Amino acid sequence: MKGMIIMNNKNKLLSITEKRANNSMKIGSKNGIKLLSFPYIIWMIGFIVLPLILILYYGLTNKSGEFTLSNIALITDPINRKALLLALELSLISTIICLLLAYPLSMILSKNAKNSNSIVVLIIILPMWMNFLLRTIAWQNILEKTGILNTILKFLHLPTLNIINTPTAIVLGMVYNFLPFMILPIYNVLSKIDKDVVNAARDLGANGFQTFMKIIFPLSIPGVISGITMVFVPSLTTFVISTILGGSKLVLIGNVIEQQFRLGNWNTGSGLSLVLMVFIFMSMAILSKYDKESEGSQIW
Amino acid sequence: MTDNKLINLVNISKSYGDTIVLDDLNLYIRENEFLTLLGPSGCGKTTTLRILGGFETPNQGKVIFQGKDISKLAPNERPLNTVFQKYALFNHMTISENIAFGLKIKKKSKEYIKDKIKYALKLVNLEGFENRMPDSLSGGQQQRIAIARAIVNEPKVLLLDEPLGALDLKLRQDMQYELIRLKNELGITFVYVTHDQEEALTMSDTIVVMNQGYIQQIGSPEDIYNEPTNAFVADFIGDSNIIPSIMVDDKLVNILGANFPCVDTGFGKNKPVDVVIRPEDIDLVMPEEGIIRGVVTSLIFKGVHYEMDVMANGREWLVHSTDLSPVGSEVGIWVDPFDIQIMNKPESEDEEAAEIVE
Repeated sequence: MKGMIIMNNKNKLLSITEKRANNSMKIGSKNGIKLLSFPYIIWMIGFIVLPLILILYYGLTNKSGEFTLSNIALITDPINRKALLLALELSLISTIICLLLAYPLSMILSKNAKNSNSIVVLIIILPMWMNFLLRTIAWQNILEKTGILNTILKFLHLPTLNIINTPTAIVLGMVYNFLPFMILPIYNVLSKIDKDVVNAARDLGANGFQTFMKIIFPLSIPGVISGITMVFVPSLTTFVISTILGGSKLVLIGNVIEQQFRLGNWNTGSGLSLVLMVFIFMSMAILSKYDKESEGSQIW
Repeated sequence: MTDNKLINLVNISKSYGDTIVLDDLNLYIRENEFLTLLGPSGCGKTTTLRILGGFETPNQGKVIFQGKDISKLAPNERPLNTVFQKYALFNHMTISENIAFGLKIKKKSKEYIKDKIKYALKLVNLEGFENRMPDSLSGGQQQRIAIARAIVNEPKVLLLDEPLGALDLKLRQDMQYELIRLKNELGITFVYVTHDQEEALTMSDTIVVMNQGYIQQIGSPEDIYNEPTNAFVADFIGDSNIIPSIMVDDKLVNILGANFPCVDTGFGKNKPVDVVIRPEDIDLVMPEEGIIRGVVTSLIFKGVHYEMDVMANGREWLVHSTDLSPVGSEVGIWVDPFDIQIMNKPESEDEEAAEIVE
């Protein structure tokens, strides 16, 4: 029945579309575009909206399907709370490091001539063409006790480093994997700033530092916000990086959730996911206060 | 206007890679002058302005301001302010913050800044716009804010880089009068860059015609229009008939086989020259009254006047007249001796672009 109704509605829509197309070319082409978005809408419903509803349902019910808040309350469990706090701390540190690395680089890039830039941008994007897992495992090989880094250090008769399975390793992994997502939106927004706007500030008496503080940085905030979002959110939710580079002792909230789903505890996993989602929405809300136009959404 | 030389550009050369933009340019700007740099795109006029503003460094030469060499100073250390072509307003600030920018940097008092904003907005006829954002304003309004933002700093010189280029015709004409009024009220020097000859003729005290990095002619709008020194200037400023001719003797020139009386002397005898005759200076008379005869080949109504092509002695003559001569009619061409402008013929292409030494 339901299917029938949908079919009928679709037919109606199609016939309306055809009619309008006959009436006016302009409107017709608009509806044509609408029609083209159907595959995506179906995709969105099946793989985004539906799973979200399922998570909401499982998160707020127990195994026998009765409403409960106990799954969410599990975040107060010492182990889970510690995992959440560690995830927040490490993703915050990674985001700050990414910002500190990306901003000066983007400044230099945006000042350069266009053609030499495309090569540098390519170099930044190039690692992203490799599989994310492979890249992270490569870092594991580099950082291991008997890994590449320590082998080189030993060869040079220098003290070896113990980085693998520490928070440092996880932060390194996060920064390495997510840095391009910080660079690109900031570079994008900086390169769009009219050179004459900067010239105008100089012309009106501002020195280089004043021009940066009053003109360049405020104008680049949308890019910075996008960059922060795109580094902070995946860092907060990752479990792959922490599993590969953090070992079994360092548990992030992403690992806890992954474990619960693996053990078949869909309700607990969903409940904790909801908590994590709240944190993500909160950070987005704080950021969007500063963000007037979202920059870099094109990268997603 | 005083004869006080405020700015002196001495032997300025600038090139980007192999492209020479300015070649040994010398120019002085007097105090309180409205000076326009006029020329086609790529002639070096904007580069000259940017060198004045400090946004470009010349490869050679000096910028002397009131006797001091300011060539090495950064833009923020120069007593000049610029109005940019595309306004270059700070879009993240309100109008009053935009105008206050330079004053805040100079750490002026709040009261002073407030008064200045009010004064500047009144001057550009945009009172009450204090708290608007730049992108809510029209192009003409944004350009006036850009002017207000520059003039509150009380610069000795205001540099304007094609400020009306992005505006439509009617607004552009209104803004021309606005700029003349502003200049008179402020009593400061304007250096104005444009490729629009009409704009230059309307507003300037002095016009500097440039081409390919060389100054072609410096003079008042009347001089430039009535007595262009070479074919480039004559062609660039207004419509003109440029005809290769022979100077028979003093006050007599042979144009396309007919002798025309003129007023120029000192070119020598039987010397090849270029003659410029403005289309509005050609009188169409009865065939027997003209110096030469021709036939009207085309006629276009232009509003203020008719534009006609007259075929005479193997050449099309462009004629502007309020009187109509129909296509196909035979006419006589007569030119007042004062309206014939004689120019030395350039020997080569290079010389055509070469600088005129006064």
